[in-house]
Amino acid sequence: MRKKEVLPGFGLSLGYTIFYLSLIVLLPLSAAFFKAGELTWPRFLAAVTSPRVLASFRLSFGAALGAALLNAVFGLLVAWVLVRYRFFGKRLVDALVDLPFALPTSVAGIALTAVYARNGWIGRLLEPHGIKVAFTPLGVMVALTFIGLPFVVRTVQPILEDLDADFERAAATLGASRWQTFVRVIFPEIAPALLTGFALAFARGLGEYGSVVFISGNMPMRTEIIPLLIITKLEQYDYRGATAIAVAMLAASLALLLLINTLQRWTAARSAA
Amino acid sequence: MIRRLFLIGAALAFLVLFLFVPLAAIFAEAFRRGAGAYFASFRDPDALSAIRLTLLAAAIAVPLNLVFGVAAAWAIAKFDFAGKSLLTSLIDLPFAVSPVVSGLIYVLLFGAQSWLGPWLSAHHIKIIFAVPGIVLATLFVTFPFVARELIPLMQSQGRDEEIAAVSLGASGWQTFLRVTLPNVKWGLLYGVILCNARAMGEFGAVSVVSGHIRGETTTLPLHVEILYNEYNFVAAFAVASLLALLALVTLGLKSFVEWRMNP
Amino acid sequence: MENEPMSIEVARVSKKFGAFPALDDVSLKLETGELVALLGPSGSGKTTLLRLIGGLEQQESGRIFFDGADAANISIRERQAGFVFQHYALFRHMSVLKNVAFGLSVRPRAKRPPRAEIERRARELLKLVQLEGVERRLPAQLSGGQRQRVALARALAIEPRVLLLDEPFGALDAKVRKELRRWLRKLHDTLRITTVFVTHDQEEALEIADRVVVMNQGRIEQIGAPREVYDHPASAFVCRFIGNVNEVGAAFIRPHDVEITSRRNGAPSLDAVVEFVNTAGAVAKMDLRLEGSGELLEAELPRSREAELALKPGDRAFVKFRDVRTFPS
Repeated sequence: MRKKEVLPGFGLSLGYTIFYLSLIVLLPLSAAFFKAGELTWPRFLAAVTSPRVLASFRLSFGAALGAALLNAVFGLLVAWVLVRYRFFGKRLVDALVDLPFALPTSVAGIALTAVYARNGWIGRLLEPHGIKVAFTPLGVMVALTFIGLPFVVRTVQPILEDLDADFERAAATLGASRWQTFVRVIFPEIAPALLTGFALAFARGLGEYGSVVFISGNMPMRTEIIPLLIITKLEQYDYRGATAIAVAMLAASLALLLLINTLQRWTAARSAA
Repeated sequence: MIRRLFLIGAALAFLVLFLFVPLAAIFAEAFRRGAGAYFASFRDPDALSAIRLTLLAAAIAVPLNLVFGVAAAWAIAKFDFAGKSLLTSLIDLPFAVSPVVSGLIYVLLFGAQSWLGPWLSAHHIKIIFAVPGIVLATLFVTFPFVARELIPLMQSQGRDEEIAAVSLGASGWQTFLRVTLPNVKWGLLYGVILCNARAMGEFGAVSVVSGHIRGETTTLPLHVEILYNEYNFVAAFAVASLLALLALVTLGLKSFVEWRMNP
Repeated sequence: MENEPMSIEVARVSKKFGAFPALDDVSLKLETGELVALLGPSGSGKTTLLRLIGGLEQQESGRIFFDGADAANISIRERQAGFVFQHYALFRHMSVLKNVAFGLSVRPRAKRPPRAEIERRARELLKLVQLEGVERRLPAQLSGGQRQRVALARALAIEPRVLLLDEPFGALDAKVRKELRRWLRKLHDTLRITTVFVTHDQEEALEIADRVVVMNQGRIEQIGAPREVYDHPASAFVCRFIGNVNEVGAAFIRPHDVEITSRRNGAPSLDAVVEFVNTAGAVAKMDLRLEGSGELLEAELPRSREAELALKPGDRAFVKFRDVRTFPS
């Protein structure tokens, strides 16, 4: 028998939580695995290793990785600037960093396409230099950079805020240059958070659909991302093919989630110490 | 000083290229043919129907996920039990799943080819390519928002105040409504704001289950896509500007609530 | 107060946290209207015992009776135990007045006094705890001592039949602590509610409690009036925990039971060398090293006696003991 709780509502709240979680999340997700179970192993492998699928895996992973790296560098820079400096419009900039979280992805998609197309505000400037963004893999990366932008900033920012300025002053009194202080004192402190933000941005980029489909051009073998391929298969009533790819993606997402959880525990342990 | 200007300049340049210019472009494109054409875009009955469906999906998804979030936070933050950290991770699961896959799983569960498909069609119940599917997909993608705001907040507040309330004779509901809720109201509101923004803005998951029937199963983000693919750019960007405004209002409210939580 | 205070009986209660035995077969009887201190080091089980009485935890075995009725059948809501938490657990979003009125305002409609009556009683209680004028403030805007008194007023509002205080003065600074504990004693003399408080501070327990329950490692070592516990400790633990004590071999000697002379006066005595003298204080304190065993002895003596002896570090002295205690090991 469970011991009696002092506070009421444990059974009700936990029961409802598990019921609702199962109904909305676990049951539908398991449907995907059951459906994939209808495929034999060789057919599953064939479905996820056809040249077109492999090309889209390469594109999705590559572009998500590139975008996450770009965001790691510039996200750290933005977080640094927001924490360390005061400048006109800082509060506004700080609030707008979350825009990619709040803006519907289809809106982001058409806006980025309009800006980076050949005749767009930025595309027009790049065109004479032979740089094409829209309808190329580079366009996919631009969209994923937009979508992943807040992650690194928002994971690194609180760590930087908590970093004691005395820490750096101590390094300086010990004779470290500013660069040495950054590399040897500050960077190790923020590294777990930076890695977490990077992984979050990467995971988000891998699954992103709305902001990419407008700017990518969706050419098979060239600019077709995995989520789009799933939709294409669905529209051709190839449910098994779609499910096979989806299950492969789910596996990748779950692995990333596990990694991110581990990283976050590491970050928490670090900041608690 | 030069280092400072350089760093600020580089950070802002990055944000301008990837954030501010695209945001400005939405409004510029929307007003390309003047205010008349802009406002005409909203007189289209299909646009109005998309607005209604968007509001409906949010009006169902947000309260349901709010109730769930409160229940989950109460159980997880105020009690100890085995499997607590697993449960907490499972709640975050929808964030890790691609929006397209989020839609797909409902197609596999309720679609014409699913186990339930024949039974559903025999009873004339339409879920996929209909409004229920859109609501379900929206529920899924907005599932964690309220819970993940409330759980750490309620954990950090401990359970002493609740125990004090019970020892003073308060019932469970009185304890929750008069002690717990006032302490987490801003966190709750924060979660609701984010949940609502995502509910009204979700595109990928809803796109899979919608079937894109104009005037019937299109939400605002889907309507933007349809207009854009029809080369009706002014209307597409006009509707997009409405959603962008919603996003800006969301960010404003969010900043306000953040300020209230940590003054 | 309308409700009669009650007696509490704890009968053979045990409680574990994991493998750690927090309480091990504890029995205790609290008489109506008395003020009892649960005294012990951290981990001795004193707080656990208090929380069991208040219904905040459940024991694994044993029973607790309120006026003879088994408390297992009385829910925490119905117990009418006024609990004052260690960190007060004041409702942070409510004003002081609302905090105090809470217990009355959550009563079932049939038993709830009218709004004006609730407010009147809350104000009366704030007057009782000498907190007039801060009714509208939030707990965060009060000092530690004020918060403590709000917590007490809040607990008193439900007309408790027993008042339970967990380290009531633990978070306060030394001066406030002293004032508040005398004030609590006076308040208790007025209200006469059966009161149990937990403390690790022996001075606090000895000063205000009618009876002291000394606890160690989940067991009760001794129950008795302060004087009794101090003068006749039942175990080596109690002797060590309450007041300072010298241990010479197997013997326990209080510093004020050490008698010092500067020359041998015929009576049997031990030879010692003075190591340290401190005369800054109400009594003079002296450290002496016993010759032979080499044990260090602390002595307390009146300042006048110290002046008479005029001993300096390095001087030879002779000690004998007025009172020596031994305990079976």
